[in-house]
Amino acid sequence: MGERTFSPINYLRPGLRFPFCPGCGLYALSDAFLRAVFELGYDDFRRFCFVSGIGCSSWIPSPYYLADSVHTLHGRSIPVATSIKLLKPELHVVVFGGDGDIVGIGMGHFIHAARRNTDILVIMGNNMIYGMTGGQVAPTTPLKTRTTTTPYGSFEHPLDAARLAAMAGANYSARWTTAHSKELKECFKKALQMDGFRFVEVVTQCPTAYGRRAGFKDIGEMLRWFRKNAVLVAEAGKIGEEELEGKIVVGEFIHRRRLTLVESVYAVLKEAQKDV
Amino acid sequence: MECENGKRAFLQGSEACVEAALTAGCRFFAGYPISPANEIAEHMAARLPKVGGIFLQMEDELASIGAVVGASWCGVKAMTATSGPGFSLMQETIGWAFMTETPCVIVDVQRVGPGTGQATKCAQGDVMQARWGTHGDYMAVSLCPNSVQEVFELTIRAFNLAEKYRTPVTLLTDETTVHLREHLVIPPLENMEIVNRKKPKAGEQIFFGLESVAPMPSIGEGFNVAVTGSTHDERGFRFTADPVVHRRVVEAINNKIRKNLDDIVEVESYNVEDCKVGVVAYGITSRAIYEAVEEAEKRGVKVGYVRLKTLWPFPEKSVQRLAENAEKIIVPEMNLGQIVNEVKRVAGCTEVVPLNKIGGGELITPEEILEKILKEAP
Ligand code: SF4
Repeated sequence: MGERTFSPINYLRPGLRFPFCPGCGLYALSDAFLRAVFELGYDDFRRFCFVSGIGCSSWIPSPYYLADSVHTLHGRSIPVATSIKLLKPELHVVVFGGDGDIVGIGMGHFIHAARRNTDILVIMGNNMIYGMTGGQVAPTTPLKTRTTTTPYGSFEHPLDAARLAAMAGANYSARWTTAHSKELKECFKKALQMDGFRFVEVVTQCPTAYGRRAGFKDIGEMLRWFRKNAVLVAEAGKIGEEELEGKIVVGEFIHRRRLTLVESVYAVLKEAQKDV
Repeated sequence: MECENGKRAFLQGSEACVEAALTAGCRFFAGYPISPANEIAEHMAARLPKVGGIFLQMEDELASIGAVVGASWCGVKAMTATSGPGFSLMQETIGWAFMTETPCVIVDVQRVGPGTGQATKCAQGDVMQARWGTHGDYMAVSLCPNSVQEVFELTIRAFNLAEKYRTPVTLLTDETTVHLREHLVIPPLENMEIVNRKKPKAGEQIFFGLESVAPMPSIGEGFNVAVTGSTHDERGFRFTADPVVHRRVVEAINNKIRKNLDDIVEVESYNVEDCKVGVVAYGITSRAIYEAVEEAEKRGVKVGYVRLKTLWPFPEKSVQRLAENAEKIIVPEMNLGQIVNEVKRVAGCTEVVPLNKIGGGELITPEEILEKILKEAP
């Protein structure tokens, strides 16, 4: 058997190119995911189905991955992924979406999928802004940040999505940044080998809609900011809330084995058909 | 309850709907509680798992219709049932289903609106919403039963049309029709036409935007299908700024319906050629026209009617034919005048007279229609 070598080409549709801005973190996000898939031994996406919503992150699989991909409406990827997973339990059903898509307009579905422990992997590219629509404030925008709709600085607290997924019932929830490519890849590998609801939040740089206005000189400065402000979950517990303001808590928020939706639904089917 | 094929049964409209859906091959249902559509979900929850299907109660109507579309892309016939407020919430995803050419059935059990209105009372106020509820250009298909027997037949037809034309189909019913209990005859299975979608052959790559209706692959079959509600070419690749690609796909999804009206449009008509007064009615209200017409005839008035079993696409030809003969057309409906405007649009110089009633679920009675016929008779 010849040595396998990683090449993203094997997973991408020929003739198409990612449309992301130069320096966008979504290139690194996709790269870490594809490497994880490769390292798990998959040479193509035959055993995968991708579902996404609307926004930059949602364009990663659709139509760029050489796979079945369903590009849904803004915020509605998770319910679509839910029925696909239940009817095609043999597939890895992976959702890609941004913070606005998954925990803004799609928040209800996100919490309920975590509660049901729906067997899907949700990857959220958190660029802390609405990038595709030009840089409006998002539920994840840090306090006091200037955006196009908060010209005097944002006045709302940002959401801790990874912690929320853990509390709502997910089997797995983790957060890393695009400055942690190795950890990110390992985290995807781990999540892909588990059942139930798995959530990976990837804090990613959006130089176009976020970085410029938030006052970052270049991408390098954003990535350094990610590294400098990253605090491991275990450490975060020891620091006071005030000190944590503005930090990015990274690592695993939950890793457990709860009864999953696929298991429950198929148990019901078996039970109902006992006497037929 | 389970009912055998080729038998008489005594069922509620909602049960007939569920039994018909299962007969048509429906194996996935997702819905959210709402009056007066709950019985459909409840019967589904009990019956679907028995036949190996999946029932889900989702967190809202947005999720319900989303799950239905996802299921359809797995090659499974799928349905949801709701009422006005839920139907409103589903509209964006219904538009997505038009654009992605996804077969699915939406049962809208009409209640009194707007707003929360009167949740448990019958109305016919969603008929224009069924046509134009979502944004953009599309051809809606809606069927409108007026008895338990017809709920059964039109539910099967809804699935058949959805599969044949790869489009969402609405069964536009109402509170009273789904709560009626009536005898119905369930035809033997071998006498029923059940349509399944056209599937692609290995290697095919064109899945969208054909007036002849493109074959539809399922997820997991190795076709690498790209499904998107954004403007796309025949392969499913996004073209979000190209006017030519947009015109091509949208005209195709309109034409596949528009060019098959003879197959899709179904009416029941009576005495159209030889009438002075015509009635155009649909759904629960159309039950009252039989008695009214009979009584009017006894009094020497020549009456004819067209009952719209297909509401959308609007049965223009049949109504036009009525208008060519009748001097006046009466349109009774449980709203303040919706389909009456469609009738006016095609009626030429024939006078079109509305007969409206709203609120409290009070039906339009045969007497009220009779009175109107006698008043308008030349
Ligand atoms: S707008 Fe931001 S997130 Fe979107 S592609 Fe450009 S850099 Fe990336």
